[in-house]
Amino acid sequence: MRLFGKYLLILFKSQMQYRTSFWLLTFGQFFIPFSVFAGLYMLFDRFGQIQGWEFFEVALVFGVIHMAFAVSECLARGFDMFSTLIVNGDFDRLLVRPRSTVLQVLGSKFEFTRFGRLLQSLIVLIWALSKVEADWTLMKGVTLLFMIASGVMIFTGIFIVIATMCFWTVQGLEIGNILTDGGREMAQYPLNIYHKWITRFFTYVIPFGCVNYLPLQYILGRTEGSGVPYMLAPLAGCLFIVPCLLLWNFGVRRYRSTGS
Amino acid sequence: MITVSGISKSFKVARRSSGFGSAFKSLFRREYTEVAALSDVTFSIGPGEIVGYIGPNGAGKSTTIKVMSGILVPDGGTCSIMGYTPWLDRVQYVRNIGVVFGQRSQLWWDVPVIDSFELLRDIYDVTEKEYRSNLELLTDTLDLGDLLRTPVRQLSLGQRMRCEIAASLLHGPGILFLDEPTIGLDAVSKIAVRKFISAINKEKGVTVILTTHDMSDIEALAQRILLIGKGKLLYDGDLAAMRAKYGAAEGGETGGGSAIEEALVNMYKEYEIS
Amino acid sequence: MRACYSVFRLKLATGFQYRSAALAGIATQFFWGFIIIMVYQAFYSQPLADPPISLTQIVTYIWLQQAFLAFIALWFRDNELFQLITTGNIAYELCRPSGLYGLWYAKLLAQRLSSAVLRCFPILAVALLLPSPYRLTLPPDPATALLFLLVLILGLFILVAVSMLIYISTFITMSAAGSLLMFGVAGEFLAGMIVPVPLMPSWLQTIVYALPFRLAADFPFRVYSGHIPTDEALATIPIQLLWLAALVWIGRFAMGKALRRVVIQGG
Repeated sequence: MRLFGKYLLILFKSQMQYRTSFWLLTFGQFFIPFSVFAGLYMLFDRFGQIQGWEFFEVALVFGVIHMAFAVSECLARGFDMFSTLIVNGDFDRLLVRPRSTVLQVLGSKFEFTRFGRLLQSLIVLIWALSKVEADWTLMKGVTLLFMIASGVMIFTGIFIVIATMCFWTVQGLEIGNILTDGGREMAQYPLNIYHKWITRFFTYVIPFGCVNYLPLQYILGRTEGSGVPYMLAPLAGCLFIVPCLLLWNFGVRRYRSTGS
Repeated sequence: MITVSGISKSFKVARRSSGFGSAFKSLFRREYTEVAALSDVTFSIGPGEIVGYIGPNGAGKSTTIKVMSGILVPDGGTCSIMGYTPWLDRVQYVRNIGVVFGQRSQLWWDVPVIDSFELLRDIYDVTEKEYRSNLELLTDTLDLGDLLRTPVRQLSLGQRMRCEIAASLLHGPGILFLDEPTIGLDAVSKIAVRKFISAINKEKGVTVILTTHDMSDIEALAQRILLIGKGKLLYDGDLAAMRAKYGAAEGGETGGGSAIEEALVNMYKEYEIS
Repeated sequence: MRACYSVFRLKLATGFQYRSAALAGIATQFFWGFIIIMVYQAFYSQPLADPPISLTQIVTYIWLQQAFLAFIALWFRDNELFQLITTGNIAYELCRPSGLYGLWYAKLLAQRLSSAVLRCFPILAVALLLPSPYRLTLPPDPATALLFLLVLILGLFILVAVSMLIYISTFITMSAAGSLLMFGVAGEFLAGMIVPVPLMPSWLQTIVYALPFRLAADFPFRVYSGHIPTDEALATIPIQLLWLAALVWIGRFAMGKALRRVVIQGG
């Protein structure tokens, strides 16, 4: 943990060497999701609701998902940019150091400019929280935190899986955007507005449903019976990262036996 | 110290053929050719030696270094370095070695060198006391003084290489792998690097394995050379013996190169690997 | 014009070499299109008094967006040009015997054309064959189709002129990513990429109509689906031409200024 802090410090110093660019990018990162959110607002302005969901309910989901995405993009940027590490051969360098590869790849990049996105999602989230109709309890607050944490784990897991693909090929990795950017874009609405097959895929394979649908029902008081399963659903989402890490280790082993 | 026996390693190389039909086919099934990068390489190195590891491009030098530093797992053979098998106990093992890849950098590009050093100290868990004394020694012998406060991108290649070597020795490793450490350096920097390598070898007893294409590096540093060609170890012995055996005959034709390079060319010819 | 053609051929050839990248891009755009259409489907599932644009027209709008992304996305970048500017190597370009504006314009145009050629046909072909709510419908009559092509090409010219301004602004900010991001986000929104223009609130529509961005995306797409009637489309073509002339003039003027500064500073 202390080492990770050191990595952050050195990366922050590096990025601060290019101050103008840093601020412009942070600013831009604030506005990208802002324009998407403005679009969302306009659509609700026009249509009133989407399949029974009110604007502030969707805004809550939007805030949670974008915050999770921003955090994991900051954090797991090293995995996002992993193909350059492989292409340059710098991954060999990581292998001659006495630390786990996951930690070193995480520490190889950290995108501070994503704080712009983080800030934007925080504002949306606070606004939505203050307006949404729900009886807040401690449990519901905890559930909300679980939702964000679970989102971070899922996005990070996806970044790791895509990075693992680099051990086999560095071509056509764009397809991974379907899962990262596409997942984010899709999960900013409650999952049940989509087709059954999409909903199923993004609940059982990539568990976004555990982040934005089940716990949301609980927070909005739409569940019957015990809320505990709904509350714990996000924790199930966190488990997604386990197979991702296993896959990563498998990829590293393959890399070391083929050296390609 | 280091025993390598019977190491083999082959790579699959996708065969590419021209023409649309075969390109289309290759989308589904690739044909591979096996290329033996190393076959049955055996040698051992004692503590405190400096060994020059030479051979033409693509002979298998880098592959050997990668196997010995725990990056690659070989197809067969055994290797024991300081009691470890490199590819099995990677994390424990690499604490004991230092690696310099001449064409790559391990320093963070945009920050002063000292920041990179401090991060490496934490990566390798070096105690403060050991770090201080190592840093002091390295700063003195490599003449790093002012360089430590400079961002890496502002250093010249020679300055950077000195810092790279220092970075690989901060944790006081017993073995140092140098993969083309003098590539692209000017004469002054080259000599500084060589002096340092022999100093660290004498004073701290560090075992050095060095690959290079510059025979004057070998001449200045190594008592012993290993020659590899097409994945096979062809020659293992001391430098003087090699020169005596393959050196150009006295007064014979010289192509203008130094005597040692002549000897090498003759050797390549004999083994038909050039 | 010759320069444009040779860049076009070169880029097309490289594009074909990176087949898997193109395939991945197409797959991504498909997924994207589906997600957006499903969201609109959900919005449209409730009874709505007098929608400003029908769901079928929205679906068409979105598929055209995905197919012609290369014609309308401002964040497309040519790193080579940015590097020329920020490293000061621009001095070399000044030695060339042709006008810099024309050369760069041709290069950017060729890049967008080649990348659109690679991607639009597969997307259009599949989107035309999809089952009903997702299908891309054909334009109402051949004349509309021709009109669509005309305004699409004019729109492309306008867009390249706008993106030239981004490159020129780099002379001042010296940060490629920053300029690109700001222009890209604002431009895309105003072109109707995030919310189709007819669904925007009326105050915003007024602003959008006053700016050139919609002429490259929103306008041709709605001509295609017949949402903009022929006479209105014909009336807008002079506006497109006017904007094009104005943007090129501004670009040339600003570039002249910027270059003079470079020359004076000695690179």
